[in-house]
Amino acid sequence: MAKEPVAVVGIGQTKHVAARHDVSIAGLVREAAARALADAELTWADIDAVVIGKAPDFFEGVMMPELYLADALGAVGKPMLRVHTAGSVGGSTALVAANLVAARVHRTVLTLAFEKQSESNAMWGLSLPVPFQQPLLAGAGGFFAPHVRAYMRRTGAPDAIGSLVAYKDRRNALKNPYAHLHEHDITLEKVRASPMLWDPIRYSETCPSSDGACAMVLTDRAGADRAPRPAAWVHGGAMRSEPTLFAGKDFVSPRAGSDCAADVYRQAGITDPRRQIDAVEMYVPFSWYEPMWLENLGFAAEGEGWKLTEAGVTELGGDLPVNPSGGVLSTNPIGASGMIRFAEAALQVRGEAGEHQVDGARRALGHAYGGGAQFFAMWLVGAEPPAG
Amino acid sequence: MSSAAPPEQLKAPLVVEFPFTRSLGPVQSAFLTGLRERTVLGVRTGSGRILVPPVEYDPETAAELTELVRVEPTGTVTTWAWNPEPRTGQPLATPFAWVLVRLDGADTALLHALDAPGPDAVRTGMRVRVRWAAERTGAITDIACFEPSGEGARDVEPAPHTGEFDRPVTGIVAEARLDYTYSPGRAQTRYLHGLAERRTIGERCPSCAKVYVPPRGACPTCGVATTDRVEVGPRGTVTTYCIVNIKAKNLDIEVPYVYAHIALDGAGLALHGRIGGIPYDQVRMGLRVEPVWSEDGRYPDHYRPTGEPDADYDTYKELL
Repeated sequence: MAKEPVAVVGIGQTKHVAARHDVSIAGLVREAAARALADAELTWADIDAVVIGKAPDFFEGVMMPELYLADALGAVGKPMLRVHTAGSVGGSTALVAANLVAARVHRTVLTLAFEKQSESNAMWGLSLPVPFQQPLLAGAGGFFAPHVRAYMRRTGAPDAIGSLVAYKDRRNALKNPYAHLHEHDITLEKVRASPMLWDPIRYSETCPSSDGACAMVLTDRAGADRAPRPAAWVHGGAMRSEPTLFAGKDFVSPRAGSDCAADVYRQAGITDPRRQIDAVEMYVPFSWYEPMWLENLGFAAEGEGWKLTEAGVTELGGDLPVNPSGGVLSTNPIGASGMIRFAEAALQVRGEAGEHQVDGARRALGHAYGGGAQFFAMWLVGAEPPAG
Repeated sequence: MSSAAPPEQLKAPLVVEFPFTRSLGPVQSAFLTGLRERTVLGVRTGSGRILVPPVEYDPETAAELTELVRVEPTGTVTTWAWNPEPRTGQPLATPFAWVLVRLDGADTALLHALDAPGPDAVRTGMRVRVRWAAERTGAITDIACFEPSGEGARDVEPAPHTGEFDRPVTGIVAEARLDYTYSPGRAQTRYLHGLAERRTIGERCPSCAKVYVPPRGACPTCGVATTDRVEVGPRGTVTTYCIVNIKAKNLDIEVPYVYAHIALDGAGLALHGRIGGIPYDQVRMGLRVEPVWSEDGRYPDHYRPTGEPDADYDTYKELL
């Protein structure tokens, strides 16, 4: 029996900010979930199951969100699952929810992810003082910067590429009312003049620390027929993992990432991603990851990703817009960031992205990764139901 | 080198503690501020039940709850367990009973401590009352504990309450602490014993022949135990790096400094270290380096240039 087609019929986000002191974590997730239900014109009673994801426990100290948040998410008396895959968690959470619908286990599933970075310190959570181990010497960006330098060496990319990505994403964020950073006076010169924190990464090329939540309502074909607004249809979804460290690991283009993309494209019948995909929401925590992922995800040949960025192909008006929402560079509640990518891809093919809508977007890719390039999760969504 | 006998197991305490902050939202803010003012608040659900402590969302209907009520500081024990050896941070330092108390006017019970001389003095159904802390800040500890009360049960209708107080408490600090005993395991212990002699000893995968440094006892690619011990280095090659310009907390290193991936000669993957003995802006990929040990350090303090010609990119491009 073929899988049940899965439709995204409701999407909700909070306005992402540095600190939401006015709400509890329950109040924060509730806000996103209520907006997703309102978008789908459904009530709590219409939801059959809840699938939730969040950042690693030490990032904010909430160890059992599925327990604490059941009341706020209307999950009492229903199945509630928690997914746990580091920074990619928002993507893998959505995929677990989608698979429950595809397998006809549940008809309508609420999925959401959140983080209140203001209530803790992610860097602390990543640098516990494990005895006998050499402490991490470089801070948050120090983990990523050597990989960026490796990419530059491998491809000969000019130094200016990173600032082009940051300038683009921050301008895109101005068109997204939910984005955290709204830098109205941003200029390319300001990005290039910002302090060099972890050479070759500048301050303006790093992601912010945000409080926020994102929720989606996923449903079956019958649910999509009743939906008040256009659905986004899941054409393919996959997850891959690999160790954080092993001999032969390629941090610039991890195999788990390219394998994951290839699986998604095979499911969706994509043979030429550059031509067949209209918009991409990819997880770019530091600006140089845009050209790196363009290659890893098959949008450019090895060594050529930066040329797309440099030529303006990835701008909102380019022929392969990347992160029209402003991306992780503009909004980063870590636990939710992957789901925001998935949700923004769905908004594009629904034609509901507002000012940052990519004209005529029919197919979009949502991409998430995390855990030191250990986990990858992606989905491809389309404006039409999948064939067959 | 063959596999050595298992060395003595290393152990050390690992304390994970952090002062997580919590924004309370309207309901928890009213509840905790109320405690500061010797007022216990509950919330009325859609079906009319009074929940104490109050919650923000109705467990039955998921509706947002806003109707706060004041309940009595007296109540009835619904169940209990004796705690003969209180730990640090628990409500009382002397043996006490953990109790669930249904306050007069409430339909649900609150978990707290009951100050009683012994388990024989505690029973389900006994009447108790709040003993308020002398200094109250807007926290659950504003109830110091419960104590036995001679009064009978009271059937009271809880009074509506706005939940408004002067100087509301809007956030709390939730100190979290986990105490572990950490043991690094046999492979890392062998590695650490080598480092104590200023030797870097990896372990080779019998299947793919890659040498893991630090060793973890198994090859993550092949899924087999790494058996042969192989000394690597001491010299190595900087494969990639960054220049750190911002001072990290808890690190006593002057910025800027270079944080590098270093492939020790013979190792199958790079480890991380600081580069010294050369101006930071002269470090480059391919630079040949050697460890510099401090007197008491378990690890090299940093690596410095050996003066050899730079390594060719092709020799280390798989080790970035």
